Amino acid sequence: MTSAQIEIQLIASLVAIACAIPGTFLVLRKMAMISDAISHSILPGIVAGFFLTHDLNSPWLILLAAVTGIITVFLVEFIQKTGLVKEDTAIGLVFPALFSIGVIMIAKNANDVHLDVDAVLLGELAFAPFDRLEVNGTDLGPKSLWVIGCILLITVALLITFFKELKLSTFDKGLAATLGFSPVIMHYGLMATASVTTVGAFDAVGAILVVALMIAPPAMAYLLTTDLKKMLILSVIFGVIGAIAGYWVAHWLDASIAGSMTSVLGVLFLLVYLFAPGKGLISVLYRQKRQRVEVHLLTFLLHLQNHEEESERHVNHLNEHINWQKVRSKSVLDLALKNNMITIEDDIISLTKKGKSFTSEAIDYIITNKNAAIEEMKDRFFLFRG
Amino acid sequence: MSLEEYFSLVFSDYTLRTITLGTAVLGAICGMLGSFAVLRKQSLLGDAISHAALPGIAIAFLISGAKNSNTLLIGALISGLIGTFWIRGIVKKTHLKSDTALGLILSLFFGFGMLLLTFIQKMPNANQAGLDKYLFGQAATLVESDVWLMCIITGISLIVLLTFWKEFKILLFDIDYTKSLGFNTRFLDILITSFIVVAIVIGLQTVGVVLMSAMLLAPAAAARQWTNSLGTMIFLAAIFGAFSGVLGTAVSASSNNLSTGPVIVLIAAAFVVLSFIFSPGRGLLFREIRYWKNRNDLQLHKTLAFMFNIAKNHEDISHPHAVKILNNFQGYTKRSLKKLENREYITVSGSMWSLTKKGYKKATNLYNQQEETDD
Repeated sequence: MTSAQIEIQLIASLVAIACAIPGTFLVLRKMAMISDAISHSILPGIVAGFFLTHDLNSPWLILLAAVTGIITVFLVEFIQKTGLVKEDTAIGLVFPALFSIGVIMIAKNANDVHLDVDAVLLGELAFAPFDRLEVNGTDLGPKSLWVIGCILLITVALLITFFKELKLSTFDKGLAATLGFSPVIMHYGLMATASVTTVGAFDAVGAILVVALMIAPPAMAYLLTTDLKKMLILSVIFGVIGAIAGYWVAHWLDASIAGSMTSVLGVLFLLVYLFAPGKGLISVLYRQKRQRVEVHLLTFLLHLQNHEEESERHVNHLNEHINWQKVRSKSVLDLALKNNMITIEDDIISLTKKGKSFTSEAIDYIITNKNAAIEEMKDRFFLFRG
Repeated sequence: MSLEEYFSLVFSDYTLRTITLGTAVLGAICGMLGSFAVLRKQSLLGDAISHAALPGIAIAFLISGAKNSNTLLIGALISGLIGTFWIRGIVKKTHLKSDTALGLILSLFFGFGMLLLTFIQKMPNANQAGLDKYLFGQAATLVESDVWLMCIITGISLIVLLTFWKEFKILLFDIDYTKSLGFNTRFLDILITSFIVVAIVIGLQTVGVVLMSAMLLAPAAAARQWTNSLGTMIFLAAIFGAFSGVLGTAVSASSNNLSTGPVIVLIAAAFVVLSFIFSPGRGLLFREIRYWKNRNDLQLHKTLAFMFNIAKNHEDISHPHAVKILNNFQGYTKRSLKKLENREYITVSGSMWSLTKKGYKKATNLYNQQEETDD
């Protein structure tokens, strides 16, 4: 590995970490699309800043662009408060308009701007190591490394200082307000951090792909844990994996680094989405199937309890009466037998003592608890689950 | 070229005519289908789909090796649909919320698309130049067959819309009721979403991936402010869309260096702003005026109620009293007194006022909700 390669991977990892932290809170606050809006609408801010400073890494440019990001959030909320359109429409209206202004500003001044829209959207990480920060002739490393490093430091400092407040205002706005933490300040603070991070990251990974780094790692972490601290750590880990693996994929394919970072994140997300224990697609489908059988079993047992007469308890009768297919009746019957809920004599089914107590307790439970899950009861009674 | 020149050339010049027609038709179909997206609270779906279409374009190019826009559009359509259904899958099967799902699909698909695009650009024999026009759109590349395609799709979606009008309408406003009536909501949902995807895909070439969502939302959001009827809203949205298309093309054709997409979007946004402010029923301006009027009326009522409380203790309700006993606290100002006089609730002579019969009656019923509200 050359030193340039190490530097690129370092920058990419720092960007990924800096994005994952505010991203986690955005995902939890159901504001993920705001990051998309901010990443588009900072364009006019960047262009205006560039006219003034002529330096893409100047702190003034970053500040100006971040202000544009906050203006976006403010505009979205203003439009939403008028009640004329819903929140999502407000987002969808504001950022394309601001982005268009940015594109037109670039087009109108194409001659004296070394800034094209592609670069803003995509960034070019590969060139980052060539733009070096020099003080008194000594080489201190790539400029963007310093920029994103500073942003990351500030973000982490803010996170540690306000962790409690952020956590509280994320999960219970009302309580936060009663305890005297202003949710509005937290909200705008988070938005400001997200804007600054987006601006700082845009020339490394591009404005749109910042969104991927902000949303994908926290979304994966959210599927794996329900603990905020673990979620933050997992998002950071996923972000860094995406960044480093993405760099090598890009190296191998000779294609855009930002694009391949996102693609790696995409593949990771697909894996987590399918296989996450408890919340992934496969386990959800499995659980739904099991719950279906168990509900059927309950229906079946209730039916048995309601009917003393033998004709109603004949095995074949069940097919007709409860309107089940053969296979399903069989699986329900098997499950009931395995759990010692029923006995079968000459094709006549009767409830065992255990079956009876389960049924009456279950019906009691269903009547008194409107929406609580019945899982705990099932654990007590079932030897085998459906 | 100035704007006048543009309008004189629009009927004679082939290119200008095609582009203008194309953007107009596109604006109309986007407005039409966008109304559904806005009302179903799926506004950002358009943004996600348009980004998700990018890898489809790149893959279609990799497979066919040609820049035929129809093949590319089919690729875009397929990957747009995959994105849409994945979003639904994420929202339905996991506890991730719809905003996270949208953002995920949007950025992941787009990133993958960019990876493919840069990969294509580095291929040795690539005549790939022009693929990136799908990023920002280039109305100038529209040819007559594209416009025909747009017209045909608009026609089909109109027919479908009219056939399923009743079903779509009920689906929009009360989905549970629709289900209980026995309509197949899933089919209807997929049908309308697919048409939104189609509209987005045909717009990609003109407006581009990034700005397509505004094309879908802005006309519908503007139209929503003027009416409460679905039919009128769709009609208005189509007209707003078409006008933004035509005006945008005109403005961008009449000056250098202006790509059509952003200009169209800005004009559509201007329509939205105007509608937000000036629409008579919901607009901010008239709403403020209404508030202001109500506030003034309340002040008047307060004064009137105070007068009533004095007057009712007298045998003759029109017994004159001094103006002096009124003060600011009861909402009294010179103007409010004048207003009360104009409405014939009181008569003023010199520094004395007296309640009229009409005023007395009005004051008696002031807090009676059943009574007709005043002018």
